[in-house]
Amino acid sequence: MARRRDPVVRRGLRHVGRSVVEQPGMFSLAVAASSVYGAMTVASAYVIGEITDRVLLPSFAEGATTAAALTLASVAIIGVALLKIVGILGRRLFAGIMSYRLQADYRRRVTRQYLRLPLSWHQRHPTGQLLSNANSDVEAAWFFVAPLPFAVGALVMIAITVVALVLTDPLIALVGLVVFPLVFVVNVVYSQVMSPRMQRAQQLRAEVSEIAHESFDAALVVKTLGREAAETDRFRARAEELRDGLVAVGRVRGLFDPMMEALPNLGTLAVLLIGAGRVADGSTDAGSLVSIAYLFTLLALPIRAIGWVLADLPRALAGFDRVTPVLEATGETPYGPDLAVAVGAGAALGVEGVDFAFSDAASPTLRGVTFDVPAGTTVAVVGPTGSGKSTLAGLLVRLVDPADGTVLIDGVDLRRLREGEVSGQAAFVAQGTFLFDDTVRGNVTLGAPFSDDEVWAALRVAAADRFVAALPEGLDTRVGERGATLSGGQRQRLALARAVVRRPRLLVLDDATSAVDPSIEAHILDALRGGDDPATVVVVAYRQATIALADEVVWLERGQVLARGSHEQLLAEVPGYAALVRAYSQAEVAV
Amino acid sequence: MSEPVLPADHRREGAFATLRRGLRMMPEFRRGLPLTFALALLATAGRVVVPIAVQQVIDRGLAAPGGPDMGLVTRLVLLCAVVVLITAVAVYRMNVRLFRTTETALARLRVRAFRHVHDLSVLHQQGERRGSLVSRVTSDVDQLSTFMQWGGVLGLVSVGQLVVATVVMSLYSWQLTLLVLVCFVPLAIAVRWFAQRLATAYGVVRERVGDVLGAVAESVVGAPTVRAYGVGGRTAARIDAAIDRQYRAQVDAQKVTAAVFVSGEFVAAIANAAVVVVGVLLGLAGEISVGTLVAFLFLVTLFVAPVQTASEVLNEAQNAVAGFRRVLDVIDTEPDVRDPEVADPERVRDLPSGPLGVRFDDVSFRYTPGARLALDHVALTIEPRQRVAIVGETGSGKTTFAKLVTRLMDPEEGRVLLGSDAGGWVPLEEVAFSSLRGRVVMVPQDGFLFDATVADNVRYGRPGMTDADVTAAFDDLGLEAWVAGLADGVRTPVGQRGESLSSGERQLVAVARAYVADPDLLVLDEATSAVDPATEQRLTRALDRLTDGRTTLTIAHRLSTAERADEVLVVDAGRVVQRGTHAELVDADGPYARLHASWRRSSAGSPAPAA
Repeated sequence: MARRRDPVVRRGLRHVGRSVVEQPGMFSLAVAASSVYGAMTVASAYVIGEITDRVLLPSFAEGATTAAALTLASVAIIGVALLKIVGILGRRLFAGIMSYRLQADYRRRVTRQYLRLPLSWHQRHPTGQLLSNANSDVEAAWFFVAPLPFAVGALVMIAITVVALVLTDPLIALVGLVVFPLVFVVNVVYSQVMSPRMQRAQQLRAEVSEIAHESFDAALVVKTLGREAAETDRFRARAEELRDGLVAVGRVRGLFDPMMEALPNLGTLAVLLIGAGRVADGSTDAGSLVSIAYLFTLLALPIRAIGWVLADLPRALAGFDRVTPVLEATGETPYGPDLAVAVGAGAALGVEGVDFAFSDAASPTLRGVTFDVPAGTTVAVVGPTGSGKSTLAGLLVRLVDPADGTVLIDGVDLRRLREGEVSGQAAFVAQGTFLFDDTVRGNVTLGAPFSDDEVWAALRVAAADRFVAALPEGLDTRVGERGATLSGGQRQRLALARAVVRRPRLLVLDDATSAVDPSIEAHILDALRGGDDPATVVVVAYRQATIALADEVVWLERGQVLARGSHEQLLAEVPGYAALVRAYSQAEVAV
Repeated sequence: MSEPVLPADHRREGAFATLRRGLRMMPEFRRGLPLTFALALLATAGRVVVPIAVQQVIDRGLAAPGGPDMGLVTRLVLLCAVVVLITAVAVYRMNVRLFRTTETALARLRVRAFRHVHDLSVLHQQGERRGSLVSRVTSDVDQLSTFMQWGGVLGLVSVGQLVVATVVMSLYSWQLTLLVLVCFVPLAIAVRWFAQRLATAYGVVRERVGDVLGAVAESVVGAPTVRAYGVGGRTAARIDAAIDRQYRAQVDAQKVTAAVFVSGEFVAAIANAAVVVVGVLLGLAGEISVGTLVAFLFLVTLFVAPVQTASEVLNEAQNAVAGFRRVLDVIDTEPDVRDPEVADPERVRDLPSGPLGVRFDDVSFRYTPGARLALDHVALTIEPRQRVAIVGETGSGKTTFAKLVTRLMDPEEGRVLLGSDAGGWVPLEEVAFSSLRGRVVMVPQDGFLFDATVADNVRYGRPGMTDADVTAAFDDLGLEAWVAGLADGVRTPVGQRGESLSSGERQLVAVARAYVADPDLLVLDEATSAVDPATEQRLTRALDRLTDGRTTLTIAHRLSTAERADEVLVVDAGRVVQRGTHAELVDADGPYARLHASWRRSSAGSPAPAA
């Protein structure tokens, strides 16, 4: 028998247990409030009975009443109702807090993992998936918690009812022993039948959404090729599949709801039938029968709360199953014990025999890459698309670790440095500029204590001071989600200022100036390399003007360093290099 | 004349007004509703029958004059069981009917809104965030559907029960019924007030959810930056703050929800107390009997329960109606560039066959009323088969020019005409879209690719083409070597948004797509991103073949494109300031010469460009 038990139900109950273990306080409070509610529900019936016996009947019999009796009756009704209200408020509020706390807690845990896990892990997971892990999956995982205390209260009420039934009349108790397990079985069957249909509907929802996303993204192409009708047909086909899926879901739910309502009702009727017989042969009295029938009616609603929890468990499990791999993912970056050496303004960089491969790639991205960048010099990394330039740039600031070989800063392996040491020495500006939804100042300082003068100086170096000064609130202007209110060139200049303000000893620019005017780019590089104590700069570049500023050029092809030397040297000696540089300058974006 | 955002005048519209608007727009929702309502009324019977059975069994069965009457009890119970079963079947039928009707109508609503988004002008489309347009046809409709699957049913049954309870109550005592109704009047007012508070509270929650998503996205999309600057702690703090704010907003909303729910409970208690007091007084005055009063107290319970359910359903309904309103607003937005075939079939004219020229007849355009003119009284003619490059600074009006030629927007003043001196000139707003889209094709800067094969993307404008036709088209464009290098030729999938291809390769596919559409007028918006040299060469060759013999307007970002054009138009501040060949303009002292000089400066430090 145990083997045939539904794993959804078993795993679901374990999941319910998890929620209780994580929020025991709120859970107890909510269940307590739920019990107050249950007790007051029974009490309200009792109060009406007492009022009938003590106020109504005497008043009608005597043809007179007293103000005191009527006041007492009103106070009793309203008093019980107020206690019941306290119960409801407590149940709803504490259950809500419990559910929201679990959600907030798991969102924190999930995002903490995002920040902890290495970039290689990020690269394997699509952005959309990670966002829904933290948002809708977490929500789905704990949604069932809201009716949980009500359901637990119902379980307690059922247990009490069964005991009361057995004590009052074992024969009537049989009805309860049939009806309550039956309710449970119907719920289990329901969740089994429902879960694949729900999954299908969810899948179709995602597909409809994908088509809409794609089609609206393509709006210009659709419009200019006059394909609106064809796009609508494509969308309609999937929307109608979704409709059928939702109707299939509705059909099951449409059957389940009336069954759950009919079962306790039929139980009450059975109690009446059997009970009337027992009263007729004198085994029990009419009063007990009424109270038992009344109890059955009262249980109808709380029993449904159990149904709500059970019905939501498949969705909760599906959500939790998507969150679990994130929480259990391992592979954080290990840090060493050392502090950086930090002598002079520029750091000496060494790359020794570095291999790197993406987990899903057939061939390694980098093979045996070796070169060095003396302190205070500028090196340009040049190579065709796919030669591994960006990967190399990331290795230099330890965004990823090499599979083999070492990257050294001032002679120390990056992996031996403490957390925060690499970012303390080196600044990196990525190809795709990333800005936070923060102010201009926040985006430049990233919370570090730089003065406004320092920020303005950095903005000046990055040629961003003019446009920032023209913004409505200057440094305090919020840039919007990912800097949406700024142009591509402005975003790039802020990202450069962010690197510059830190006065890094090593600056790595991964094609970070593509949207910046070449003369501004030259000005920025001059500012960084100027002075007696220049920073070390590694720049992944396309522009001749940029490359020409470098002390040395590293020519990368298919993950290997095939040549090193000055720009002129490589132009003369490496045909591939000359062809590439010429082709880029022809294709140069002018306006 | 064009307002780039969707109308906001419906934002303060009441829930019922929205529902009326929705029903007017989608009469499908009404289909079969009378029978569904009848079933709902029947379903109500199931809720009343059990209390009646208990009372009857005790009063008439057990307390029968000659001792318990088991025959009567059995008959009563069986009768009630049959009613319960019939009710269950009625509820099932009602549910299925309701789900089928609403899902069918919602699917149509979804499709209609989808189509309408495509019919809106690019200005409207770009005025809205992409995500918010998508949610009009996804989450907003989903919310309605979810609501209908439980709230709709509960609401219907509750209303039915309310009606039945009121009728039965007034049969017992009209005075007490009136009293109960009066007690519930303040509740109705309170519910309306709460509904607004709820809408506000849930509005805040939705906003906070968006903030959390934004903050989480920073830790995902910005992972390299976060890592490189060692600001994991700061990012975590920002995320935590957003999560805390969402949590607090959720708890606040929950407080309001709980308050709404218990206000019904409180009013019910007041009503009960009032019924006891007034009932006794009425009884003493000889108006009602004690039996009536006791029965009435039970009936009040039957009245109260659906009021509570209904007030809770109303909460959920607020959200669903807000979603409904957003969908309807999209459909209600008047497209500002209308297809004459739909708007005014009388005026539709055909374009002359053969190559098309372009004529701007004193055309002005501005993006928003009161803004400066993006195009300022432009008058010019481009002869058929000319290859024209349009150059100018960002914001000079180049793109506006292209959008007016393709009728993605209509001018504020003046007219755009297509045709030739030989075939005659036809105003653009009199050309049916079906004919216009076949003759005039635009290759946008970001030539969007669909998640399908290379061939599917190429034949997007001409779905009948075979793979062989597509391969032949690539051959014509001199791209056979590139196709041969693909893993599976033209059947190679391009991935989401074409991401399996490089940006240059995506442009190649977009060029092929325009080529097979075989337009007579081609509008190219040149991409600004640098592509690798091999692809660049292919692209140049393919573009040459594509534009060969066709009237071509290119928004040029590269001066090499301008150099190869038959003619260059230099645009500045919405006006055409220079016109001529590259050679003529480069020697003249004007904006073009300055642009050219700046380009040469940026290539400094290198040997002279091979061009």
